[in-house]
Amino acid sequence: MAAIRRTTSVGPAGPSGLSGTVVRRAGAAAVTVARRTAARAVRVAGVAGMAAVVAAATLLPVGSAVAAGAVVHLEEPRIDTGNEKSLQRGARAFVNYCMGCHSAGYQRYSRLAQDLGLSEEDVAQNLIFTTDENGEPTKVGALMTNAMTKEYGKTAFGVAPPNLALTARSRGTDWIYTFLKTFYVDPDRAGTGVNNLVYPGTAMPHVLWPLQGWQVLEGSAADEVAADAAAESVEAGHTETGDEEGDAHASADPVLKLESPGSLSPKEYDALIGDITNFLAYMSDPIKQTRHTMGIFVLLFLFGLLAVTYFLKKEYWKDVV
Amino acid sequence: MSANIEKPPVADADKTGGGMLGWVDERFPLSKLVEEHLTKYYAPKNFNIWYYFGALSLLVLVIQVVTGIFLTMNYKPDGALAFTSVEYIMRDVNFGWLIRYMHSTGASAFFVVVYLHMFRALMYGSYKKPRELLWVFGMLIYVALMAEAFMGYLLPWGQMSYWGAQVIISLFGAIPFGIGDAVTIWLKGDYIVSDATLNRFFALHVIAVPLVLIGLVAGHIMALHEVGSNNPDGIEIKKNKNAAGIPKDGIPFHPYYTVKDLMGATVFLIVFFAVVFFAPEMGGYFLEHANFVPADPLKTPEHIAPVWYFTPFYAILRAVPDKLGGVIAMGGAIACLFVLPWLDRNPVRSIRYRSTAYKVLLFTFVGAFIVLGYFGLQQSTPTGTLISRIGSLIYFGFFPALYFISKSEKTKPLPERVTYKGHAADGGQA
Amino acid sequence: MTVKDQKAPDQYASADPTSLENPASAETSIVDVVDPRRRKLLVLGAAGVGGLGTLALAAPMIASMSPSARAKAAGAPVEADISKLSPGQLLTVEWRGKPVWIVNRTEEALKTLDQDTGRLSDPDSEIEQQPEYAKNASRAIKPEYLVVVGVCTHLGCSPTYRPEIAAPDLGADWDGGFFCPCHGSKFDLAGRVYAGVPAPTNLEIPPYRYVDDGTLVIGEDPEGAGAA
Repeated sequence: MAAIRRTTSVGPAGPSGLSGTVVRRAGAAAVTVARRTAARAVRVAGVAGMAAVVAAATLLPVGSAVAAGAVVHLEEPRIDTGNEKSLQRGARAFVNYCMGCHSAGYQRYSRLAQDLGLSEEDVAQNLIFTTDENGEPTKVGALMTNAMTKEYGKTAFGVAPPNLALTARSRGTDWIYTFLKTFYVDPDRAGTGVNNLVYPGTAMPHVLWPLQGWQVLEGSAADEVAADAAAESVEAGHTETGDEEGDAHASADPVLKLESPGSLSPKEYDALIGDITNFLAYMSDPIKQTRHTMGIFVLLFLFGLLAVTYFLKKEYWKDVV
Repeated sequence: MSANIEKPPVADADKTGGGMLGWVDERFPLSKLVEEHLTKYYAPKNFNIWYYFGALSLLVLVIQVVTGIFLTMNYKPDGALAFTSVEYIMRDVNFGWLIRYMHSTGASAFFVVVYLHMFRALMYGSYKKPRELLWVFGMLIYVALMAEAFMGYLLPWGQMSYWGAQVIISLFGAIPFGIGDAVTIWLKGDYIVSDATLNRFFALHVIAVPLVLIGLVAGHIMALHEVGSNNPDGIEIKKNKNAAGIPKDGIPFHPYYTVKDLMGATVFLIVFFAVVFFAPEMGGYFLEHANFVPADPLKTPEHIAPVWYFTPFYAILRAVPDKLGGVIAMGGAIACLFVLPWLDRNPVRSIRYRSTAYKVLLFTFVGAFIVLGYFGLQQSTPTGTLISRIGSLIYFGFFPALYFISKSEKTKPLPERVTYKGHAADGGQA
Repeated sequence: MTVKDQKAPDQYASADPTSLENPASAETSIVDVVDPRRRKLLVLGAAGVGGLGTLALAAPMIASMSPSARAKAAGAPVEADISKLSPGQLLTVEWRGKPVWIVNRTEEALKTLDQDTGRLSDPDSEIEQQPEYAKNASRAIKPEYLVVVGVCTHLGCSPTYRPEIAAPDLGADWDGGFFCPCHGSKFDLAGRVYAGVPAPTNLEIPPYRYVDDGTLVIGEDPEGAGAA
């Protein structure tokens, strides 16, 4: 039974008169228990609330996949920056198809040798196509820059092709993969003749068209023209609901159809752009694999340190009564 | 203590040890400081988990300074070079990535730890007499920390760096009578946020504000040691001293709290390094995605948000439809915290002995702060603005409510001695 | 609610009332249940592990100050085309930010190397200023070509190339070599330093190798040969 005691040292001078004491005596135990439970509940609710907000916040990435007016659901490629073969294929495609316009000017070729399981000769002979200011082949220790200046890019395309070394971190791999996948023929675009579902109005031409072929937007004028063409049309965009009349209302996303095939089948093309996206993911964070491995050792060490400091603390605190 | 015949007799009754320590002690109060602040500084024995965060703040400060020094060895505070120099650190400098991630994670960790530290003060009334000045020092540290973080964030010179700085500096433009525009230009050193701004933010972030921070932290600890620590029961342990003049519920800070803080620091470092090695971006909260794009004065990113630790105040700013009003509200939100010791008129310190009304009030306040923080991160929507307004009202309402409730609330009787369960008491082995 | 004052165990009979261990003062939060050996062991253990951790933390910081990938790339080996280098001619190539001279030494010049070696400080290249494969009479892989770092070993100026015998300003006994204008140090046509000049050691020979008769790579040792 809780002993009722007047507050001796500090306490409000408020209404704790006789009546209050009587009330307290009568239901003291019950009230105290109720109050303690209420207090605990309030505390738990507060903590749970805070935990919920933190959980929601960590699960909702802020501003990721910054799609400039994207109208499609972004597909997720398989990203594994530990897969050297995929990175090698991606690197090869990148330097052949992309580096003409896009520099990767934070990444060094020699780093590719280090991380992709290649020798520096392999890299120098197969991945370097530029020359330096002396007219000599770019050295393997150099940064992956190209010859396109900002001014030239702006004149040629209206906007300079951006450096892609960090794009996987700023736009996200889903964005890049789906962007490479959703180019389609658009007769309204006089410059490049193509548009893109993820980045409408992009100034980039469909560089990979020889591999993918040409896609058209289902239900558009271009589609109707091509509708009489090849028997097999493979969906290259979002999942199709199998509607022949081109009724795009069934699925909220616009649907792309492959009108004329390229040298790769859609599956092969998806694999290739998956490799390119994987390579871009690697380039944006080349130290990731090492970081993870090192992290495991660091955490193991720290847990060991925790054990030691814990027993140290317990030992000393035996003194405290 | 060895008698040293060569030394002249020491007049002081205090023992100074022989040998090197004695030599130093005759010239510098080393042993005296160690005693006063460590071995004979008595802290309450009933510190709980909330009492780790002060020492952890100090640890994070050290981490930031050390990693900051090594970053400064390779960083270039020039508008044309800054972004590339950060990528240089991340890719080319040996372990540069580790130093950078420690610094960026440390910035967020600093605020996590400081917010929890402040919450402890709210819960246990650590801001009340005689600790009002301690609280004021702490609030000054908080403001300096926000300035430090804000200026540090400009340095990577990414899109978010640039535009975040642009938005916040332009807030000063709200000051009327033409002062606002003059002030913003003076702050920027140019007509727009530019290389001039970057360079001076670098100077302030690297040396000026750290010096201020370190000075304030020293003042904070000195103010603490002058009156002694509070504790979860909120009672003054100095009221119960034994025959030797030592608080009965006090234990020497060293070794008891040094070993306890060592353990706490290890737990902290586990969480810290888990983030550094496995999730340094934290989904875009610690390193924002837009900041991996170099600053472009001609292109505003779709969504400008300050880093998470500023968002409660950002939400308050946006909740007010008037520019100057928003700035005043935002400043007021911080200013109100300064005067907390004088608003809370109840002599009972700890939440353990205060009324349910107070508990509800405090948790509502904290809840509003968190909700405001969440909405400060999101883009402006009508619902979000409505909730931010309600949250702001709750936030500001806390202060007058506290003023009135604190005078008349029913508190529980305080104990004579602190509540503590000893470890030896449960029949532990020697 | 009052917490009863704890009774300290009656182990220590210290009469000192100020002592924490004194049960007579009885009102303290600290009791002495110490096993000093266990405590010492734990402290040492914690210090040891903690020390290891501190070292592990310091290592990357210190390593970050070593040359970065950019510095290493800039310091990479350099190819030099010597196919058009005529006898007596000197070619300068930049390697690691320093000038490296390649001199096509004439027959006469090579003959002077054996003369008057008594005037030199270190005629046999005892001091390690050259790779093993250049520790010979001509301080080179092939005697016809001298490859040497053109930085004076005194205080770092770049000496001048003075191949002419008995140059008027250098004296009648000048056999050809390098003269540093800053403080007057003299080196022979193998880069060896004369006695009595400020420079203490011979000019440095960098690692280098022949790709073929007309091409050198400065900064790499020949296959199978180690550096000095």
